[in-house]
Parts: sequence; C-alpha cells; structure tokens
Amino acid sequence: MSWGLEGPVSTHVPVLRIGDVLLVTLQGELHDKAAEQLQQDIGEAVAGSSAGAVVIDVSGVEIVDSFLGRVFAEIAANAKLLAAETVVAGMRPAVAITLVELGLTLPGLRTALDVQEALRMLAQPSTPLSPGQGRQENA
Amino acid sequence: MTETSGRVAACLPIRSDTDLAWVRQHVRQAAAEVGFGLVEQTKLITAASELARNTLVHGGGGQVESVFLDHGRARGLRLTFTDEGPGIPDVERALTDGYTSGGGLGLGLGGARRLVHEFSIDTSPGHGTSVTVVCWVGVPPRPREEAR
Repeated sequence: MSWGLEGPVSTHVPVLRIGDVLLVTLQGELHDKAAEQLQQDIGEAVAGSSAGAVVIDVSGVEIVDSFLGRVFAEIAANAKLLAAETVVAGMRPAVAITLVELGLTLPGLRTALDVQEALRMLAQPSTPLSPGQGRQENA
Repeated sequence: MTETSGRVAACLPIRSDTDLAWVRQHVRQAAAEVGFGLVEQTKLITAASELARNTLVHGGGGQVESVFLDHGRARGLRLTFTDEGPGIPDVERALTDGYTSGGGLGLGLGGARRLVHEFSIDTSPGHGTSVTVVCWVGVPPRPREEAR
C-alpha cells in the first residue's frame, strides 16, 4: 500500500480469486486497521466461496511485527475452521531473521518461497506435506 | 558505550495506529541515513514498531525521539519512547516472553530487546515509562540469551 502525506487512504487489501485459491498480495506498509480488516475480508471471502486455500503474498512487506504476525496466524486459524488452508508466500529473508529473533516463529503457518511455489503446493491434491514441497513449521 | 555527540533527528507523537506507521517510516529513513544494512534496518524498525505499540496500547500514547549518534568511528541511532501511562510495576516480568497485560502475544518488550544492541527502561508505577534503545552500525549482535 502506498500512501502520501495524508497517510493510508484505503484500509482494504484486494482479495483475488484464482480458481480454488484466494490470493492476497500485501505491499509495503500495512496498517493495524488494514490488517484487521484483511482478516475479516479473508474470513468472509473464504466463507462466501468454495475456496479451499488462501495464499498471502508478503514479498512486498518490509516489516512484520508481532501484531502483523499474529494477524497472519489468526487468518490461518480462521481459514482452517472454514475448511481452507493458508500459505504465506515470499517472506523476505530480513523479515524471517527478525521474526525469529523477536520470538515469533508462527507455528502452524505454512510457507512457500513464492506464490508460484505456494500454488504448486496447493495444486497437489490432499498430499501431505513432505520435504521439498514447501515447509511447515512445528510448534 | 556512551555517545560523544548526538543530533536529534525527530520527535514524533504516538497517538494512533496511523502514528505507528509514521514511526516505522521515520525509523526506516533514519536507519538508512545512518548506514544500517537491510537486516539491521528491519530489526530496528520492527523493534520500534513493538515499542511504539506498547507506548500506544499500554502507555495511552506518548512520543518517540530519535537521535543520531556519533561515537568516534561508530555511528548509531537511539530511540526513546516515552509515555505518561500507568508505568510498569514489574519490569522483569514485563520482559518475559509470553507475559502480557494487553491481550497481545507478550513478545513486544522482550522481543524488542533482542533486536537492538542497548536497551533500558525507566519506569515507576503512576509516573509513566521511558524505553530507550540504541543500535550501532557494524556492531556484532548481542550475545544470544538462554534458550527461549
């Protein structure tokens, strides 16, 4: 999300539907309110469609603090209750390093190196995750 | 390490979540100006975000002052977050991962401390809280603490 002197203008992040997957692309600075709105929007989008998966592209996100990290975890938990899987794709290395040092390892959140990889992981029907097909952190 | 000279870069209010975004934006620019690498910048901005949120949520709002430090050949950035909230009764406990009084994850203070080189808290119940963090360019990270 880009914003000028007036600050952020929109609190909505677009949620795109691609086949069975909802794709959310986050860019730059994400406001607390926008993050909470996103959580709600994704929940509604999952419930209102037959989408079986949510991919959150965070390659454009420079900072993930404990608030935003918690939002990701909650989005995944919500989606799971609505029968959809969530994959966080494209986290920047500096963000990953910072999250680990912060103590936020996001257990249970599936990750992929990029969106393409996430879609490939999700396209393999009901295959349990195995090494080489993306990663899943354990608590 | 005590700095030999400091130049105030900015003093920003922390009154709303919009201000949190401004604080991150400012720290990003200031850290780039000081010459931090990408990972150090990311850590510092993240620490600032955690501390600014504490100031907002627990301190009822306040401000952050940023100061460029020049200590001989070492350059750094100091951020001081000040509020006039209820203060922290038990600082050690507040620094413990998982302890929270505000419905968060309880990683804010302890997490922020791990992301910076120097960290200090000045607080007393009823008299607000002031948290100061310093990062130096090119200084090795803090020694790792016990397993967490």
